[in-house]
Order: sequence, then structure tokens, then C-alpha cells
Amino acid sequence: MVNLHTLRRKTVNIVMLTITGLCTLFAAGTLVYILGYLFVHGATSLTWDFFTKLPTPVGEPGGGMANAIVGSGKLLLLASLFGIPIGFLGGVYLAEFGGSTFSFVVRYVTDLLNGVPSIVIGIFAYTMVVLPQKHFSTLAGGLALGVMMIPIAVRSTEEFLRAVPNSLREGAMALGASKARSILTVVIPAAKNGIMTGIMLNLARVAGETAPLLFTSFGNRYWSSGWEQPISALPVMIFTYAIAPYEDWHKQAWAAGFVLLTLVLTVNIIARAVLSKGRHVAR
Amino acid sequence: MTKLIVMQVALLAALATGLASAQQLLINAAGATFPFPMYSKWFDAYHKKFPNIAFNYQSIGSGGGIKQVTEGTVAFGASDGPMNDKQIKEFHDKHGFGILHFPTVMGADVPVYNLAGVNSALNFTPEALAGIFLGKITKWNDPELTKANAGVKLPASDIIVIHRADGSGTTYIWTDYLSKISKEWESKVGRGTSVNWPVGIGGKGNEGVAGQVQQTPNSIGYVELIYAVQTKMKTGKVRNSAGAFLEASLAGVTAAAASSKEMPDDFRVSITNAPGKDAYPISSFTWLLIPEKIADRAKDKAIKDFLKWMLTEGQTMTSALAYAPLPKSVVAKELQAIAKIQ
Amino acid sequence: MAATPTTVTTSSGPARPVPGYWQRLRSGDEAAYVITFMAAAIILLITGMLVFELYTNSSVSRGKFGWDFLVTSTWDPVNDEFGALPFIYGTVVTSALALLLGIPLGVGAAIFLAELAPPRVSDALTFLIELLAAVPSVIYGLLGVFVLIPILRDIEPTLKAVLGWTPFFSGPFYGVSLFSAGVVLAVMIIPFIISISREVILSVPGDQREAALALGATRWETTWDIVVPYAKKGIMGSIFLALARALGETMAVTMVVGNDPKIKASLLAPGYSIAAVIANEFTEATGQLYTSALIELGLVLFALTIVINGMARLLIIGADKYKA
Repeated sequence: MVNLHTLRRKTVNIVMLTITGLCTLFAAGTLVYILGYLFVHGATSLTWDFFTKLPTPVGEPGGGMANAIVGSGKLLLLASLFGIPIGFLGGVYLAEFGGSTFSFVVRYVTDLLNGVPSIVIGIFAYTMVVLPQKHFSTLAGGLALGVMMIPIAVRSTEEFLRAVPNSLREGAMALGASKARSILTVVIPAAKNGIMTGIMLNLARVAGETAPLLFTSFGNRYWSSGWEQPISALPVMIFTYAIAPYEDWHKQAWAAGFVLLTLVLTVNIIARAVLSKGRHVAR
Repeated sequence: MTKLIVMQVALLAALATGLASAQQLLINAAGATFPFPMYSKWFDAYHKKFPNIAFNYQSIGSGGGIKQVTEGTVAFGASDGPMNDKQIKEFHDKHGFGILHFPTVMGADVPVYNLAGVNSALNFTPEALAGIFLGKITKWNDPELTKANAGVKLPASDIIVIHRADGSGTTYIWTDYLSKISKEWESKVGRGTSVNWPVGIGGKGNEGVAGQVQQTPNSIGYVELIYAVQTKMKTGKVRNSAGAFLEASLAGVTAAAASSKEMPDDFRVSITNAPGKDAYPISSFTWLLIPEKIADRAKDKAIKDFLKWMLTEGQTMTSALAYAPLPKSVVAKELQAIAKIQ
Repeated sequence: MAATPTTVTTSSGPARPVPGYWQRLRSGDEAAYVITFMAAAIILLITGMLVFELYTNSSVSRGKFGWDFLVTSTWDPVNDEFGALPFIYGTVVTSALALLLGIPLGVGAAIFLAELAPPRVSDALTFLIELLAAVPSVIYGLLGVFVLIPILRDIEPTLKAVLGWTPFFSGPFYGVSLFSAGVVLAVMIIPFIISISREVILSVPGDQREAALALGATRWETTWDIVVPYAKKGIMGSIFLALARALGETMAVTMVVGNDPKIKASLLAPGYSIAAVIANEFTEATGQLYTSALIELGLVLFALTIVINGMARLLIIGADKYKA
């Protein structure tokens, strides 16, 4: 004699398993779909021209995004020079010298900064760099991206430094090392993997940012020299080309999207691989 | 290992920065999307002729051109809506000297639409255009449209209006025309680079509107002629003040310029709804906005040289891109006006 | 390293050297402290300047409109009339829709990954899903324009048939709309909800589950009635975090929302969000009032995200995982 109540419960069990499974499949499948779609539509445009040529006049087919690729590289370089030292050192402070109210405030404010929408950071860079200098520049764009890198650098540095067991610190001090020396030669190297991957993930995230560049680095149809000139960037080109009516530009947008996504995902995958290796080794 | 990577990256960066010709003079400009196809061709040709001079023109809309040249972040701007008195005063107050308008070419705003099954060019009366953009005419088979298009089967679907989301000279030209032919439009909305649209979706730049119309069935928008030509979109005919339905063309634009009033000294003039049976009603000049004083001597010379080139050799390149060259009298006047730039 | 250290003998234990001031200085402790302290202080400075700049550069607009700015729905650059309501409306509606679609999918998937899936499958799928969080916004926008909107256009008649009687699905469908923006945002925030919720659910102590199972509960009942309520605060926190992210999204939204500063009941109508209008109009806002109004919008968005983020933090205090 089958208990209807139990049967109902068992059915619910299976149904919910299926539904939640489908949700998961949807979420995981979306990534595969995105990557696949970009590849299918962008692969044909991944010509040698794409990587080496400058944009052609409007409406003329051909041309490429060479300056945008280099431009993104330059912007990221500048952003790292600005954001990583501040973020890293701030993280060291919070992990090694923290504990006071000041640390609490710093942590809170860092979280605040992390939550600021990227477009607002663009406004900030515009008022701080573009207006006083009276021109758009790589510097302004790099600064905007650098500010975005800071909170993540702080948090990841702090997290990985904290994960270093105290026994290492105590061992160093027992051997007579000062606090500074033990941090520099023992703690940080122990957290090295985590910190490096944190930096890479940070860069990958910021590489895709478009909004803060719209009115800081502005855009450049030619090569940009130095740091004071406007510069082209990959995500901005994707945006500009995607909303235009030219089929050729659309194809280039797909190609650029594919390049950008591949780079970002590769960095993320490598980072995760390194991190998970680290996790098994410690302790 | 890390040191090696860092060094390599730094080396690459240094190479990249050095690569970009150390001798190149980069002049930044920004503004109208209306003439962008022409300007990008001109600047490209000029760069080929003088490889050490590069004009970096970003098409961000006329509003952007006016703003950025006022802020001083670009060397000159471009707009198809001339700066109004308030904007000119703002520039003057900020910099201590004035700003000059230099017409470059003439072009036309055309209504573009996406209607499956309608293959001929639709006729639009001024009342129809005003009604559609005011949101009063909502269906494609409205009497105002059908009476001008006998023999064309217009569907009963809703009209989806697409306008500019950004500050636009193309918008200025369009709303200037609508203000002239519709009292209701003039009082309700007015003319400007950025207006309070009664209905519609916003696209960014001429490119965005064209793209949007392409993607949206039953939509109508307005773009500069070359955008419609390059993307092979369906354009409509507009009835001019003499009663003829005309498609936008070089001849129509040139006729509009010819029949309009005498060109004022500051070159700010509107030629929409011009009299004459051959005049295309939604025509306009487009201008470069050049500050009276340019501090950098090299840039000053480069800009003046470019203007001279633009007014002579550049004018021969316009027809290929469906822009009308400037009337000879205007060219002569401008060549004289270049001297005003210091 | 050292000069002779002074030794201190206490009554309890062996002699311990106490480094003198000069030793600390030479060994770099002071320097290390000062340098890292300065870095932390710089972060405070930068954030402070950001708020300051937002505040001062919006003063013209704040002075002219006051609090009415938040409730006026006109956005008329020609006549210098600016109101934030259409953008606040659009931002809130698109984010709310994103949550409406994203929470069931996200929490559902998180439950599956944390409780119901075999561990290896769970790890592999979580890996894929977390990668989704790394996809740049502009690429979501790209796909939104060319993939999502045509799909939505196809399913719109069905949607209208089923839900057309509500005011939310009335009127013509343009493709670009609040609805499209909401869907794109939903896809963007799902990875965040999944990632954090999964962590939180995983951290629920095993004995809770075991007790339920021992009493004869099915897997689902254990999960839904015991584990999830236990993890509720953390899940709520993940939702708030996802909301904060959705509020500030710029590129994906501006490419699919329609850019029309009007307030309409129908989700099928085009709309506008705060971030999108700033992106579209900032470079061309002529006149001080216009620019100031846009910056004031930035200030409003900033305030909104701070509040939401604050609430999220309160709920996930202790969650160590920090997702970019």
C-alpha cells in the first residue's frame, strides 16, 4: 500500500532536483554559449589586419584595431602602476598592522570605493585630470582604471596575507627578524601565489571596463604616443562599432569581443588553477 | 621570473610609446557625427599627404563638439547646429576670445524607415513628419501618410520613432525644420541639439540611429544622407515649400543653399525649408568650430593649412560621399576669414 | 643588524631583548608602518576626494532644484529643466526585474550546486559559472543587442498573450526596452548570487543536515526547510550585493534600454537608467547646469549603491570570499 503522502514528498524531491539542476545548467550553459557565439561570429574577422592595422575611414571596409589593443595595454600598465602599489601596501597595513579603529575605517571605505559605479569613477577622473589639464589623455584613463583596481588589490592582499599561518611570523621573529623584515622576507613570499593571482584577476576585470574611459581616454584613430594624448581602447571600440550600422564594423566588434573575452577568461582560469594548487599545498 | 616578465612588459610599452612617430603632431577634435564620414576621409587623406600631422576626430555628436571645444579639451569642434548666442558667450567668458564658425560641406537629413513590404520611397508631408515625431500620428496607415502615398500598402502597425539620445546637430537640423513647418512643434519642443522628445527611442550618434532603425521593424528615424546610402536603407521623400516631393540629393541641397539668404559674416545660417522647387527642405551646412586664438604655433599653422586644403582640394572629394560642396561665394568668404584665426 | 640590545629581566622568565627606538628605525619597522599607513591613508584621501568632487561639481544643480530634483520627471536640456525621476525609475525597475529573474535562477542553482549535486560536478559547474562573472559588461551589451533582443522580439507575442492584460506588458515592443535591460542584468548578476549563496550554504554545519535526514526528510526537504533558512542571511546578502552591481551597470544597459527618459508602466517601453544617461550625455552637456545635473545624478547613484552595499555587508559579515 503506497503512502500517498510519502509519494508526494518523493516527487517533490525529484522535481526540485530537476528544476534546480536546470537552473544550474542554464547558468553554466550561458558562458559556453557566449564564448561560442563570439567565436563563430568573430573568428572570421580575426585576420592579420585586425591585429596590425589602424581603423579605416567610416564606411570603408578593412582596417583593424591594432591601436586599440596596444591602447588597452598602455592603460592597464598605467592603472597597475597607480593602483597596485597603493592597494598592495594598504592591504599589508590592514593585515599586519591592523586592529585599530583606523583599520576598521579603512576597510569600510575600501568597500565603499569598490561599490562605486564605474561611470562615477569616470566622472571623478574627468574632474581631477581632464579638466585641469584641458585635454583627454591616457593618464586620465589610466588613473580611472587604477582607482578601480585599488579596493580589490587591498582586499585580496589582506586576505592572502591573513591566510599565512602565524607560526611563520613567530618563527621569523624567534630568529631575531624585525617585524618589517619578517613581513618582507617571510610572510609576503608565503602569500606570493595568492597576491600575484589577485593582481592578474584585478587586471582582467579592469581590462573590460568601458564606462570610465568614455570621457577620460576618449579615443584615438591613430597611434597614441606618450601619456598625454587620447588613446583607443578595446572595450570602447567594441561599444562604438557595435551600435553602428556598418556590417564590417559589427564583424570587427565580434572579433574584438572574442579577443577580449579570451584574454580575460584565460587569466581567470590560470589564476584559479594556481590558487587551487596553493590551497592544497598549505597547511 | 617576475622580474623578467616586468622588464619585458616595460620594454614593450616603451617600444609602443616610441613607435608612435615621435615627430607626429596630433591634433584632437570632436563633434558632429553628421559629417563624420567626410571628415574621416579628409583627415585620412590629409594624413597620407602630410604623414607628420594627424587629426584625431572623435564623432561624439555636435553637442559634444560644442562642449569640448568650450572646455578646451580639444583643439576645435564640429557641429551642424551653429552655436547659439548663449553658447558663444559662454565660450567667450571662459577663454577671453571668441569662436569662429567655418562651414565645411552641406548635407541633408533624411527620414529612414524599416517597413517590410514597402519597397518604394514613401512621400512624407511636413504635417506627417511633425505628427509622427510629436507622437500624434501613431500608425503607419494614418490618413496623413496614406493620402500622400496612393498605391502603397501601408500596414496598420505602430510607428516606432527613433531619435538621437546624444546632443546632436543632426537633431538640430531636424528640429529646426520641424519648428519652421509646425507651430505646435515649435512651441511644444523647439529646436536644439538635445530636446525633450515627446516619443521615441534614443540611439547614440547617426550611427546609432541608423543601426537602431535597421534592427527595429516598423521604425522611422532621421540620419544624415550618407549613413542611409552607405547602409542601403530606405529613405523617404519630403515635400518642400514649393510642394514637390523630393528625395535628398546633392542637387537638392545645393539648390537650398543657393536660394537662401545672403551668408552672414559669422557663417551661421539655416537653410531648412528653403524656397525654390528644387530645394531639398531638410538641408544644412555643417561647421567646424575654431577658436579665434590658438596658443600652440604648430597646431595653429596645421589647422589653418588644413582649412585651406579643405576649401580647395577637399571640396572635390565631397560628392563621392553624397555631401554637397560649398557654394563658390562661401568658399571665397571663408578663405578670407581664415585670417581671423591667430 | 643590531647595536647592543638592552636586556630586561623580569621576575618571570628568561631575559628578553627589547629593541630600542633606533633599532626599530634601522630595522625598518617604523618605515614599514609609515609607508603602509600612508597607503591606507591615501585610499581614504582618494575616496574623500571622490565624494567631494561629486558634491561640489553638482552644487549648481543642487542649488537650483533642491530635493525636487529627485521627484521631477522632466529632462529638458533645451529649457534647462532637469529631474532625476525617470532615471531613478529606470534604474530601480531594471534592477528589480533583474532580481526577480535572477534570484530564483541563482538561488536554485546555488542550492543544486551546494546540496544536491555530486561534488565533482558541482566544482566543475561552479568553475564555469564563476567565469561568467568575469565577462566584461560591454560584451553582455554586444550579445544583448544582437542575440537577446531578436529572441525577445520572437517571444514577445507569447508574452503579450499571457501577460498582456497587466499594465506591465502593454503597448508596442521596440526591442530595446526596460524588459530587455532587466533580462541582460539578470544574466549578469546570477553568477554573483550563485557564487556567494553556494559558499554560504556550504558553510552550514553538517549536523543540521544529518539531523534532518535522520528524521526521514528527503534531500529537498532538508535543503529547503533546514539548510536554506539557516543560510538565509548570507543569501540575502548576496542578493543585495548583486543588486548593488546591477544598479551601477552602464554599458550593457545603455545598449539595450532604449534611452528614453520617460516613465511608463509597461516594461516593454524604452526607458533610461542613471548610469546610461551619464554615459550618453556627459561629453556633450553644454552649460554648467546641464553638467551639474548629470553629476548630481552620479551623486544619487553613488548614495544608492552605498546604502545597498552597506546592507549587503551587514548581512554577509564574515564572508571571506571577495569576488571582483
